[in-house]
Amino acid sequence: MRLTQGVFSFLPDLTDEQIHKQVQYALGQGWAVNVEFTDDPHPRNTYWEMWGLPMFDLRDAAGVVEEVRACRKVYGHLYIRVSAFDSRPGWETVRLSFIVNRPAEEPGFRLQRDEVQGRQMRYTLAPYAATRPEGERYQSRPS
Amino acid sequence: MSEAAISDPATARVDLARELRESGIQDVLDQLDRELVGLRPVKTRIREIAALLLVDKFRRELGLASETPTLHMSFTGRPGTGKTTVALRIADILHRLGYIRSGHLVSVTRDDLVGQYIGHTAPKTKEILKKAIGGVLFIDEAYYLYRPENERDYGQESIEILLQVMEQRREDLVVVLAGYADRMDRFFSSNPGFRSRVAHHIDFPDYTAEELYDIAQMMLAQQNYRLSASAEGALREYIATRVTQPHFANARSIRNALDRARLRQATRLLKSGATSLSVDDLMTIDDDEIRASRVFKGGLDTDADDLEETKPL
Repeated sequence: MRLTQGVFSFLPDLTDEQIHKQVQYALGQGWAVNVEFTDDPHPRNTYWEMWGLPMFDLRDAAGVVEEVRACRKVYGHLYIRVSAFDSRPGWETVRLSFIVNRPAEEPGFRLQRDEVQGRQMRYTLAPYAATRPEGERYQSRPS
Repeated sequence: MSEAAISDPATARVDLARELRESGIQDVLDQLDRELVGLRPVKTRIREIAALLLVDKFRRELGLASETPTLHMSFTGRPGTGKTTVALRIADILHRLGYIRSGHLVSVTRDDLVGQYIGHTAPKTKEILKKAIGGVLFIDEAYYLYRPENERDYGQESIEILLQVMEQRREDLVVVLAGYADRMDRFFSSNPGFRSRVAHHIDFPDYTAEELYDIAQMMLAQQNYRLSASAEGALREYIATRVTQPHFANARSIRNALDRARLRQATRLLKSGATSLSVDDLMTIDDDEIRASRVFKGGLDTDADDLEETKPL
């Protein structure tokens, strides 16, 4: 099941050139762009691991694309996303976020139905991959 | 360029003159001539680089192979000869020629590149490089990066990263190294990798007294000041004297002198207690303001303020 989070997720995967253009747009808006990765793609998991330091005061997207490539080399078997943070007062939030790398196989989510008091139904999503311990959730290195 | 030109290079023609006009390079070059006094060898070299890049652009359009030229530069010269100013202009020119993508200048010194402990240098240098990508990285007093007296100095690590980026990402980044000529020479001789990767070694000559005078006039005009007739003579004398004194920093010394003259002029106006000042009065710097400088009283050891003799209000 293809993970659809952030923008562009219903489109085919972006090429590096397209990533460059999107990042350039974000930088043009004055947003700080970060690269993050995770092996727990649950939609409520907002805390992805950060790749390197936050990148402030960039003018050109080539530096970010370079970091995306470097991150892919190490975590090419995980989800990687690029997020653009707007620090202007009144916003102070992520304005743009899109996935730039995904595992070769995405097992998707299981819908768990819990019967609670009064035969009430409670629904929970659990990524199949998350049943394994951290670090073993997706096939390591694609090579 | 039309596709016909590419499909039939034998008959293709390009209009260099028109392209020069349209690219706006001529404007920047003219501006350079207008706003920067002297610096003949520097201007010549910039014109040559601009010509090469423009011709290269056409060669590419007509399908002639051309390798991206190396544009890393080294600026050597004494303080105040305009190295930073020219670097800013270079960024603008290279941007207009489409050689770099954004035309900004990131100015750094050793502190910004070299870390304080093991493992600190590489991320620091890379962060700066990321900021500079698409523009020009200006490393002031570059020779401080290399400290031969301390073999554990982290500067070497920074140099290695810089060299690698200068070689591999020529289309993304132009590096300009600046500093005093003798120290730069020593720096290059102990880092042969740098010397070979820097294609343009540009030397900034000292200004002549006449050029310094022109610079002073230009600075005053930019700030809407002017000299009275007697002050003009005083300024010429000031320059002739100042040049022979220690710690002379070319245009920077002149700017400092003018700033102090403005302070004295303001003090004089306040003290005079005049009730109706004309625009002319506010604009004019008189010869007393120039002659009050300590330079005329046998010189000064530093550029420290020579306002002491001006009594407080």
